[in-house]
Amino acid sequence: MTDAAGTTFVYVTFIRTTPEQLWAALTNPDFMKKFWFGMHHETDWKAGSSWRLVFPDGRVADTGEIAEIDPPRRLVLKWRNEFRPELKSEGYSRCTVELEPLAGAVKLTITHVMDRAESKFIEAVSGGWPRILSNLKSLLETGSIAVSS
Amino acid sequence: MKMNDDAVFRALADASRRQLLDRLHGKNGQTLGELCQGLDMTRQAVAKHLSILEEANLVSWKRQGREKLHFINPVPINEIAERWIGKFERPRLRALSELKRKLEGENHD
Repeated sequence: MTDAAGTTFVYVTFIRTTPEQLWAALTNPDFMKKFWFGMHHETDWKAGSSWRLVFPDGRVADTGEIAEIDPPRRLVLKWRNEFRPELKSEGYSRCTVELEPLAGAVKLTITHVMDRAESKFIEAVSGGWPRILSNLKSLLETGSIAVSS
Repeated sequence: MKMNDDAVFRALADASRRQLLDRLHGKNGQTLGELCQGLDMTRQAVAKHLSILEEANLVSWKRQGREKLHFINPVPINEIAERWIGKFERPRLRALSELKRKLEGENHD
């Protein structure tokens, strides 16, 4: 969405797994590296705690805070870019991760919102999410990832 | 089943539905009413096409107050692409599609 209300995308994938396994995949640093281009989260996964997304070489990509956490159903992150000044200047975005069990699968919905029109940050992250989600789906369903670059 | 590749290909095999995806790609988060504007389709036809796109998981939606906003969901298209595009081919293909876009302009269907 690119009007006065902000910029939003909503990405959905269906993964043949359980909410518990999917939640563990999303929050375990070692497992996460396998589907998130080697990056991992640094946080203690408690509401109000700080959160960082870290590159394989240790540089910090993004920072923020755990706004809400309700395992294995819902996670809300305050999320700001740290390594590109033009994206960092847009301030905090809000990323909501929702897991909903369906027959034999889990519906995973990622909603990422920036409270400004034509957000460059949202444009930047919107390209990465489909690849991360494809890798995650592939890894959980078949045990191997689709792309590693 | 919403994970079905057949549903994605069927949904994409229609110029009107690709046009709706183009419009959401241009401006994400539109209501049915907004999507109908300037189209040569009835509201009923657009609603039918949207439900086929939703069934294929190419369009997702969120309620915002009384409005239902539609969003393009590129994840299934990415899954299909990853199936046949290896990691080593990706940069070359990206360069090719950038060249094609420059030579042909942004408008292509």
